[in-house]
Amino acid sequence: MFSLSPEGVEFVKKECSRYETKHSAIIPSLYRVQKEKGWVPPEAVPYLSELTGLPESHINEVLSFYTMFNKKPVGKLHVQVCANISCAMNGGRELAEHLCKHFGVKDGEISKDGKITVSKVECLGSCGTAPMMQVNDQFIENLTPELALRKLKEMGV
Amino acid sequence: METKLLTEHYGKDEYIKIDGYKKHGGYAVLAKALKMDPKAIIEEVKASGLRGRGGAGFPTGMKWSFLPANGEPRYLLCNADEGEPGTFKDRLMMERAPHQLIEGMIISAFAIGSKKSYIYIRGEYDHPIRVVREAIAEAYKAGMLGKNILGSGFDHDMDVYAGAGAYICGEETGMISSIEGLKGQPKLKPPFPAVQGYLRKPTIVNNVETLAAVKYIIRDGAAAYRKYGTEKSPGTKLFSVSGNVLKPGNYEIPLGTPLKDVIFNLCGGLKPGRKLKAVIPGGSSAPVLTADEAMKVTMDYEALAQMGSMLGSGAVIVMDDSNDMVDMLDVIMHFYHHESCGQCTPCREGTGWLSKIVHRIRHGEGTVNDINLVKTVSERMMGKTICALSDAAAMPAISFVTKFRGEFEDYVKKGNQVGGALHA
Ligand SMILES: Cc1cc2nc3c(=O)[nH]c(=O)nc-3n(C[C@H](O)[C@H](O)[C@H](O)COP(=O)(O)O)c2cc1C
Ligand code: SF4
Ligand code: FES
Repeated sequence: MFSLSPEGVEFVKKECSRYETKHSAIIPSLYRVQKEKGWVPPEAVPYLSELTGLPESHINEVLSFYTMFNKKPVGKLHVQVCANISCAMNGGRELAEHLCKHFGVKDGEISKDGKITVSKVECLGSCGTAPMMQVNDQFIENLTPELALRKLKEMGV
Repeated sequence: METKLLTEHYGKDEYIKIDGYKKHGGYAVLAKALKMDPKAIIEEVKASGLRGRGGAGFPTGMKWSFLPANGEPRYLLCNADEGEPGTFKDRLMMERAPHQLIEGMIISAFAIGSKKSYIYIRGEYDHPIRVVREAIAEAYKAGMLGKNILGSGFDHDMDVYAGAGAYICGEETGMISSIEGLKGQPKLKPPFPAVQGYLRKPTIVNNVETLAAVKYIIRDGAAAYRKYGTEKSPGTKLFSVSGNVLKPGNYEIPLGTPLKDVIFNLCGGLKPGRKLKAVIPGGSSAPVLTADEAMKVTMDYEALAQMGSMLGSGAVIVMDDSNDMVDMLDVIMHFYHHESCGQCTPCREGTGWLSKIVHRIRHGEGTVNDINLVKTVSERMMGKTICALSDAAAMPAISFVTKFRGEFEDYVKKGNQVGGALHA
């Protein structure tokens, strides 16, 4: 059975009355699920529907629209490498490919040991310090493949 | 050339916290504004000639005066979605000076009579979200937010709403849908948000930089603000410079500064031995400039429009002669296809086609007809959709295949033999 921690339940309930309409609580609640589980499993939807009183169909719509919600499990380290223009000009795509090869994963795929996922993503607003990657919530900038691997090693892979 | 009006104190860590911010004159302008007639604030902003810094460059004071003159509740939304590729100035502003934004917002809210505002920050900006949330909490504690602000009788509440990864939520009506807890799909205009926006109530959407600039217009007066910039493009603006310059970064300069000075003086020029090839002057939605055009243009709304491009969000992407323009357009088209919300057929299908055709050319499988097709498809995507994303994809596509047609033709002729980047 899917459930959030007691604090998570408290959080969702508070969000339901924080904004002008209850609907606005969906995005923050989905974030909460992701924070606790690492991704948003399908069972979270009926659970949140029950908790908030909002229709499942509506929660599903929001969930599927936004790319930051992981609809499948990701590694402990979720490495997102920017492949957009300024990063591409400075080796961002090669960096992503290097990391994929090094960890033996495809773009967007989780490693067998569950430790890492490497994905190419669009511009993260860090173009002046390209190439860059986002590891979980953290931006790591001005990278070379060697530096990126060293940082990831420090973070546990 | 660099003119630090908004960014004067960005180098100081203490400026992030309310005490340090106050030491540098923080919240003094709010105190001044709360004693003014709200109409006089709007007039001052109008007189300053401030134009929106988020992309479209719409005159801010004029936008504010579109609000209906009745007692209906109204909202102020700050657009901090910052998704336009190449742009990273709002992130700097929120990280280095969250109270500057908050102060600018309270002044703006007072001017338009809004009791509630949101700062919509893209979800990936975890650090700025934290910094701004903390600053809002500090502002409440100091009596700058909440009831009866500084004894003025004006009440205002402010909150952060974090997005969840969708470029389209930067479009103002998409953003409104998103805060309303819906898919972030844009809505047909009119009605404009100023008349019917968030929860169908009158709503003003402004960019981070626009709202922060309001503080300086009220502090110094419109005439003083107009000393910077040009007659039609007054003030300073932050430019995010990236790509092939030696010193990329955010630079605040008066509008009207020659682009050549930005690249070759402020940003240290290019790597030794490299030549300028092209510049995208206003984020990836802005048509590309050739090196010749870039050396001539000044960075203001009019000069860039005259060159057939736009100032956009102020993201300057500098490309030297190591770049392959077909490859670059491939990257750009992939982005717009990925980000189209799919509501409008010309945009959904058009961005898909463009991405596919350019990709095909890039991989040596294109024909001369494909090059022409990029243009025809783009032309059919313009001016027909709910929001401007469709145009934002079409405009750069046309500019690339027109101005760098030779490179596209080379790919068509030789690409399949080489099977890789030809011009890199
Ligand atoms: C596809 C698209 C994306 C946009 N993204 C942003 C954005 O990230 N930030 C922003 O401030 N404006 C963005 N805009 C412009 C907004 O719709 C709106 O014009 C702006 O926020 C108004 O504020 P301003 O007048 O202060 O510039 C975007 C527009 C479009 C069509
Ligand atoms: S133009 Fe494109 S992004 Fe904008 S509303 Fe239509 S389909 Fe969505
Ligand atoms: S292009 Fe990579 S962060 Fe903007």
